[in-house]
Amino acid sequence: MAEYQFPVDASQIMLFARSVGDKNPIYHDAAYAKTTEPGGIIAPPTFVQASAQYDPNFPLRPRIGEPWFGSGREPTGIKAKPKTEGETGGIGQSSRVLHAEQKYQYHKPIRPGDVLTVTTRPGRRWEKAGRRGGALKFSEAITEFRNQDGELVVTSTMVGVETGQAVSQN
Amino acid sequence: MSLRASQLNIGDTHSEQVATNLSRTQIVQYAGASGDYMPLHTDEIYAREIAGYPGVFAHGMLSMGATGTMLTNWVGDGRLTEYSARFTRQVWPGDDLIATAKVMALDNIEGQHFVQLDVVTVNQDGQEVISGQATARIDP
Repeated sequence: MAEYQFPVDASQIMLFARSVGDKNPIYHDAAYAKTTEPGGIIAPPTFVQASAQYDPNFPLRPRIGEPWFGSGREPTGIKAKPKTEGETGGIGQSSRVLHAEQKYQYHKPIRPGDVLTVTTRPGRRWEKAGRRGGALKFSEAITEFRNQDGELVVTSTMVGVETGQAVSQN
Repeated sequence: MSLRASQLNIGDTHSEQVATNLSRTQIVQYAGASGDYMPLHTDEIYAREIAGYPGVFAHGMLSMGATGTMLTNWVGDGRLTEYSARFTRQVWPGDDLIATAKVMALDNIEGQHFVQLDVVTVNQDGQEVISGQATARIDP
């Protein structure tokens, strides 16, 4: 089971809220946040996605000095390779693997200064015939985020789907 | 502000437009903030020539995050207990997103009130891009 630390800071919360178009000042204005029910800056509902920045096995991040699959002189810097063990959630380097569904359970607010311990384990796997993309292989990854006091703050269940071909538009 | 069980009815809805003419820049911004640098979302050349799509499209999680804005604006800060989304259609640059929550049930569990919501986000053509559920703690 993969495990790593995810330190949460206020600027990352601000940038994340901005990127989803959320202008609620509780995500960036400490003075305002103090007047709210949570009593301080908290993270928006999907913020734990930013843990990918710290996940040593996250496959979608360029790594300094290594070839990467984004375009440069060629449309991709590397050939797609099969998923390797340790890649979480089944969303690997294949562009045929898409995020099908995401679930969160919220136990406590996430606040700047929290240091979250992140653990991921595989969940269910299943297959079904696809309407738009050929045979579909689904897999779950269940990730728990615990704070520095050992309290569970968020449980995330990600469902990835591997499609046989590019998903058609209709 | 948070919702009150005494003032909610099954079938009540709340809608917000959570994206307007979604830009590639915002998709890039989301990639940077989330750490999901999958080039399918940010790299037109990769998306067309390697992945076989007409172009880049938004991360499903960008749409889920934008939809979450509508939820927290309605139920209040720190009140969500569950939030789930299925990504039912791709979201493309230029799309508008309209997110709606609908009250499906009101529960009282050992004195704590909860609202169960269906969540649907559609694009400017009324096509569903997200179908989900949420649960929030509410006041009596």
